[in-house]
Amino acid sequence: MTLEEKQQSIIDEFAIFDDWMDKYEYIIDLGKELPLIEEDKKTSDRLIEGCQSRVWLDTEVKDGKMHFTADSDAIITKGIIGLLIRVMDQESPETIATADMHFIQEIGLQEHLSPTRANGLASMVKKMKMSALKAISE
Amino acid sequence: MINTTSKGLDLESIRSQFPALSLEVHGKSLVYLDNGATSQKPKVVIDAVSHFYEKENANIHRGVHHLSQEATARYEEARTRIQKYIGAAHSEEVLFTSGTTGSINLLAFSFGELLKPGDEIIISAMEHHSNIVPWQMTCERKGCSLKVIPINQAGELEMESYAALLSDKTRLVAVTHISNTLGTINPVQKIIEMAHEKGAVVLIDGAQSIQHMPINVRELDCDFFAFSGHKVFGPTGVGVLYGKKELLDEMPPWQGGGDMIAKVTFAKTTYNELPHKFEAGTPNIAGGIGLGAAFEFLEGLDMNELMRHEQQLAQYAEEQLLRLPGVRLIGEAKEKTSVVSFVVDGAHPFDIGTLLDKMGIAVRTGHHCTQPLMDFYNIPGTVRASFAFYNTMEEVDVLVAGLERALRMLI
Repeated sequence: MTLEEKQQSIIDEFAIFDDWMDKYEYIIDLGKELPLIEEDKKTSDRLIEGCQSRVWLDTEVKDGKMHFTADSDAIITKGIIGLLIRVMDQESPETIATADMHFIQEIGLQEHLSPTRANGLASMVKKMKMSALKAISE
Repeated sequence: MINTTSKGLDLESIRSQFPALSLEVHGKSLVYLDNGATSQKPKVVIDAVSHFYEKENANIHRGVHHLSQEATARYEEARTRIQKYIGAAHSEEVLFTSGTTGSINLLAFSFGELLKPGDEIIISAMEHHSNIVPWQMTCERKGCSLKVIPINQAGELEMESYAALLSDKTRLVAVTHISNTLGTINPVQKIIEMAHEKGAVVLIDGAQSIQHMPINVRELDCDFFAFSGHKVFGPTGVGVLYGKKELLDEMPPWQGGGDMIAKVTFAKTTYNELPHKFEAGTPNIAGGIGLGAAFEFLEGLDMNELMRHEQQLAQYAEEQLLRLPGVRLIGEAKEKTSVVSFVVDGAHPFDIGTLLDKMGIAVRTGHHCTQPLMDFYNIPGTVRASFAFYNTMEEVDVLVAGLERALRMLI
């Protein structure tokens, strides 16, 4: 699946939810299911301090593809991380660097990626893109 | 949503004066329980601000024209109203600032200039960052040291430790009247007396107290008292630093510019009298006038009665919240205001706040700008419901039902 197709599949999944409650229940379940980062990788250099929740991000480049794992102490943040990683994992640095993550807006979660939300997600996406740019320049 | 059971308190009429209280959020009636962050504004305040811009707008203090004199008169009337409300001896003891943070920074810089290396400043473990960081900066600049009064698990100051920290080196004690995170009402009268015995001056951070209780700075005998306009039903961007005249006279100006000077020459500039010495540049004129209107509004209410109502709200909220499994109160001081901070085992405050928001309930989550306090309790943050007198018992019920629903989703 291309990055665009992955975004579309999430948009389709969310289309069945007609109220916020179902949507958040789904995100919370995603957050509960995904053990996204190994405990020993939750180090301070991988930590993104948000005012509200904390996010850990680990980046690897393997065979020309970006590989991301991440985690958060807040379950809703973690669920949204799961969605972002589903879209961005295993893509080329070039794709990540130029990716427009429009699905977040379309499924009505844009508030969580706003820099004013201070949950670390906006900084996380920025860091993902920076690491892709770094991979391109190397 | 209206409860009129509190004796003599006509909540319906009070609420109707606050337009924002009838807002809808996410299709639900707004339940606004974030009053510790900022209060909603009564119509009289909103009207005073727009009336100023429509009918009175001019720069103050130096204009000979009619409008400037009108604006100056309104602004100075507001100062006098605030002086009387807080019981200050002179109107020039009331300095307009941008808010509590602005007030404390003014003091930390200006009073800081009078300090010498080795002098000591005492704060407490429950201070807001804005009553920590300015003093750290002063200490760094002047070679002073900062001492911290510890707290107990309930969230009360350890007064014996305070007594032990006080010494002949103590020049200033800066403590909050009420903790924004815990709701603890500190024994400020005692704190002030003890500091004065050692010859130290005292700043009371009144950001969380002036909206909840009658304040009389002369009875308290505090040397400085700081508060924000927006937390006491006034506009944002305006606040007050009260200071005793003899101390303010002794302190050097903080910011230079227009309005704060007597005479400027390139050889030497002399400074204006109080309060202007500390009010360089064009101030927030509309904000000051709006704040005056907020105090006029409060004068029409019985503060003691409002306090009782707020206490009932908080007590009821605590009782109801504690019925839910896993809920733990943070801040259980004997003397508390209407702040209810809590954590829930297995649920992150951010998640709780996000779900409550979807139900139209506005609470605050996070560290509330008191990170050292979060470290003390070893928690990432709390959920904080902070009540104002316009809140109702039914809103407490909505909060508790909302929390129950959120916890079913999260745990």
